Amino acid sequence: MSVSTAAPPLPTSKRAKGGTGGAVNTLPLVSPAVLLLLAWSLIPLAMTIIYSFQRYNLLNPLIQGWAGINNYKFLFADPALLSSLVVTVELVVAVLAITLCFGAVLAALFEVRFPGRGVARVLFIAPFFVMPTVSALIWKNLLMNPVNGLFAFLLRSVGLAPVDWFAQVPLLSIIIIVAWQWLPFAFLILLTALQSLSEETLEAARLDGAGAVSIFRHVQVPHMGRAISVVVMMETIFLLGVFAEIYVTTSGGPGIATTNLAFLIYQRALLAFNVGGASAAGVIAIILANIMAMFLVRTVANRLDV
Amino acid sequence: MSAGRPRPSRAAGVIAWIASLLMFFPIFWMVLASFKTEVQAIQTPPPIVFTPTLENYATIFERADYLSFAFNSIVVSIGATVLMLLLAVPAAFAMSFYPTARTRGTLLWMLSTKMLPAVGVLMPIYIISKTAGLLDTRTALIIVYVLSNLPIGVWMLFTFFRELPKDIIEASRIDGANVQQAIFQVLLPLVAPGIASTSLLSIILCWNEAFWSLNLTAHNAAPLTAFIASFSAPEGLFWAKLSAASTLAIAPILIFGWFSQKQLVRGLTFGAVK
Repeated sequence: MSVSTAAPPLPTSKRAKGGTGGAVNTLPLVSPAVLLLLAWSLIPLAMTIIYSFQRYNLLNPLIQGWAGINNYKFLFADPALLSSLVVTVELVVAVLAITLCFGAVLAALFEVRFPGRGVARVLFIAPFFVMPTVSALIWKNLLMNPVNGLFAFLLRSVGLAPVDWFAQVPLLSIIIIVAWQWLPFAFLILLTALQSLSEETLEAARLDGAGAVSIFRHVQVPHMGRAISVVVMMETIFLLGVFAEIYVTTSGGPGIATTNLAFLIYQRALLAFNVGGASAAGVIAIILANIMAMFLVRTVANRLDV
Repeated sequence: MSAGRPRPSRAAGVIAWIASLLMFFPIFWMVLASFKTEVQAIQTPPPIVFTPTLENYATIFERADYLSFAFNSIVVSIGATVLMLLLAVPAAFAMSFYPTARTRGTLLWMLSTKMLPAVGVLMPIYIISKTAGLLDTRTALIIVYVLSNLPIGVWMLFTFFRELPKDIIEASRIDGANVQQAIFQVLLPLVAPGIASTSLLSIILCWNEAFWSLNLTAHNAAPLTAFIASFSAPEGLFWAKLSAASTLAIAPILIFGWFSQKQLVRGLTFGAVK
């Protein structure tokens, strides 16, 4: 009945000659994903580039037409752009430094067996699973509020003046929140890398008389090399686009002290509805991210044995 | 054997525990605040002993709109995950079981599409959604999430499928199974764990996504990320209620996340760290 005659394993059409056992036509399986991703990556990119050369404001549909490079001229003449680039870089670099240093040390500590290690690890990585708007609000209200926050209470109780975090050190406050969210990510990846370090290597180092610190410096850190570069690249790509934390806490202020490139684009786009200007800034964001992406793709490619 | 694990383990354990408790403290503090009254929540010094109240949770559930935001989060996360899997599973299956000369290039290109920063294409996506009448709809969010998680999904599934014996289908066919049997009785049980952890990661990423949800939705399609952000504006001082709403919003994902630590590494590093 339904027992088919010698049908090929999966899709019906066979190509004449394939590789080893790869004679199946896989095009119908792969192409939907590829075509959709192609559209997703090309159409918006093309539109952003085209908009960036147009005079286009959603609030005033009468203003239309080509702007040449005017959007870029205005953008580069705007001190907010340079400031936002500086804020973006400061945020990325500071968070990377914090998460990598603490992540590496803690990964090494969690390599040592101790009571309750599994539970401690679960607690440690929990911040990564908290949605950005919630983490921003926890820090903004419950911890960093200058009057009712816990930090204010702690500072007062040791006789110091409470800090008005988002007014006095706005960027540092954002950095703390974002680093808290991303430390578990760096930690988990570095820990995974450390776990692949063979026990024999560690044993040999110990027999040579190496202590914990020197094992960390001379054996474990070098072993984490690839993992560290992956953390740097992945975090950079995510951190270039930090948005919700700023949106919820400082709205880019005071002034433009915490306006990063992502928030600048948002302001141009959805507060001023300046499509042309926002798109020109968008093109810059795309170029920045792609520089990082090139390195990442190369690293992953080296590891990919297909 | 254990001669090499000397003294530092105690110190290491203590420091690691302190670090873990510090990292978890903000979440603990929020959960604690959700059981306080509004007065207790802003009180300094913070009350050490207090009678926990469920009042905040009751209030949150009474607000009919909370459930609609939660519903949006659930529909968008699950919808986007299912659709993503429908696209990613066949592609990853084909690429790992029947690799061609193009497979490597295709995978790396997919990875590179993930690098297009969301802010870079905010304007086009906003205008396309607006033109298509999809602003503030769950559909728009689902489409965006499917496409932005598709590369991660394909990669993660690919790294799982790659480890399976390649000739398993042929082998079971030779043993007399028909195509359906080969797929459903032999292949599916083998690939199910990979699909499960990929779904988990996708649900986590969708649930917590807070760029598109803030920019593409208003009231109708707003998921919990956007709801929490809007709660902060006019009602910023209702800390206890905000804490209750936040606790409810993050609880399911915390639990999911704890189950998927290993897979998370695999998925978010595209197999570069194992």
